Amino acid sequence: MSARDRTRNWLLGIWSAAALLYLFIPVFLIVLFSFNDNKGRFNFTWQGFTLDHWAHPFRDPDLAKALVTSLEIAALTTLGAVALGTFLALALTRYRFRGRGPANFAVFLPMATPEVVLGASLLAMFLVVGIDTGFWTIVIAHIMFTVSYVVVTVRARLEGMDPFIEEAAQDLGAGVWTTFFKVTFPMIAPGVVAAAVLAAAISIDDYVVTSFNAGQTQTFPLFIFGATRQGVPAEVNVLGTMLLLGVLVLMGLNLLVQKALNRRDRGIAAEPPSGTPTQAELEPAAA
Amino acid sequence: MSLQRRRKLIPWMFALPGLLWLLLFFAIPLINQAQVSLMSGDPEAGYTLTWAFDTYTNAISDYHEQFLRSFLYAGIATVVDLIIAFPLAYFMAYKAGRWRNLMLLLVVLPFFMSYVLRTVAWQLILADHGWVVERLRDVGLVSADGRVLATGTAVVAGISYNFLPFMVLPLYVALERIDRRFVEAATDLYASRATAFRKVTLPLAIPGIFAGSLLVFIPATGDYINAALLGTSKQYMIGNVVQSKFLTVLDYPTAAALSFILMTVILVGIAIYSRLLGTRTLTEAAV
Repeated sequence: MSARDRTRNWLLGIWSAAALLYLFIPVFLIVLFSFNDNKGRFNFTWQGFTLDHWAHPFRDPDLAKALVTSLEIAALTTLGAVALGTFLALALTRYRFRGRGPANFAVFLPMATPEVVLGASLLAMFLVVGIDTGFWTIVIAHIMFTVSYVVVTVRARLEGMDPFIEEAAQDLGAGVWTTFFKVTFPMIAPGVVAAAVLAAAISIDDYVVTSFNAGQTQTFPLFIFGATRQGVPAEVNVLGTMLLLGVLVLMGLNLLVQKALNRRDRGIAAEPPSGTPTQAELEPAAA
Repeated sequence: MSLQRRRKLIPWMFALPGLLWLLLFFAIPLINQAQVSLMSGDPEAGYTLTWAFDTYTNAISDYHEQFLRSFLYAGIATVVDLIIAFPLAYFMAYKAGRWRNLMLLLVVLPFFMSYVLRTVAWQLILADHGWVVERLRDVGLVSADGRVLATGTAVVAGISYNFLPFMVLPLYVALERIDRRFVEAATDLYASRATAFRKVTLPLAIPGIFAGSLLVFIPATGDYINAALLGTSKQYMIGNVVQSKFLTVLDYPTAAALSFILMTVILVGIAIYSRLLGTRTLTEAAV
């Protein structure tokens, strides 16, 4: 390796490290300021270390309620989107049927539509039909715009999988449902779990679509946005950090379970690399 | 029913629930929104369909400034992200070795910290007497009484930051898929490293550049959180207008017309962009 190559590699490495640092500075600040002993409402200057906010993260009952609402919505959204999206992905990868092209397009389009358009048009329809917005309209909206992400994630897993295994099951007399639950599902499970984590994360974090369809319901992001004028309480930083840690734990568990299963099934099916959200995130963008 | 007929129904059985959901809560609302945009009336008396096309001309003449600003901010953010992300993705794909998975995790991780909270953290970073702005003053990039917060720069910085991972991941996937033997072949045939990069690596990375730019540009044009938290009404983007028309002023036809124009411009833009980059079809590129 020439000296020039080495310099180039060094520059690339430094640039990459700087880019990662840039991605992490705000996250680091949020975590840091969850320990800030701030006097008054604003949490913008460092005033000393305290564990107080971590000891009482649910001090503000409105905040606690908003977080619980967000978690409930995320759970329902995940269930709905994963159920709808997994089967949709299965139909789109495993079968050639008339209308497959338009169906693919219908899955792609919501991802190409700005959230503000999704939220506004859905609210316009609820207004015309006369449905009051609130908890359930948020769930409906969240399922609508997370389904596409589930489809893309599960499809990535399905495409790396040998379709002949399923055909073998059917040739041996297994019905459609037996094949799905005994053969397909166990094999795509890591992809489904990754899709679920992704759907839950998108749902918990969504502000734009939610703000249109929330009515009087307060979610965690809506609470934070509303609080920006009077100063975001440090408890929000605590809860945000907890959510981040929660996702990390879920991702880690998914990885461990997969590794254990792979060890057990080694030799049965050639496994593509793990389907953590990282992988899942990559695939939608792949050409 | 014959077995043949039943087999034909299976993909529909799998796809139908998901497609119905998208039809009911995505497609129909969009059609309904087109109708709402042609209504006239006022919030008290209600709106009726009068085919009022002048809503569109009024919307464009009143808000072309916010439209242009949205596309400008989103465009700058996309270019900035491409510049930051390309070397990072290149490093991860070819140089990172065993650090690769960790780096991927680090790229995705900030996603799981609340979006609104990360944007609030930027208020802190760019605060008038904060470390960053003081250093910028030292080197003369910001005048003594100048500020960064509440300017277009702050909004663009926030947008670039928030959507950076959407650029890194597709670029990484595209680069990682390139068969390195092509590059070796080029250098064996006496192409310089730079020429090999320009003639081999870069063209093969185009699907990633395409997908990444769309994944940044589309949400960025519709975004209004960054403009609301890091800018003032002078930096408002089209999302801010749609949001206030819909939720505060209750001028539904104008809001509907604005979001319709936004969506149309974006879809036409994607079509032209995909032509320019020679990517075959839209769905193929983004899914």
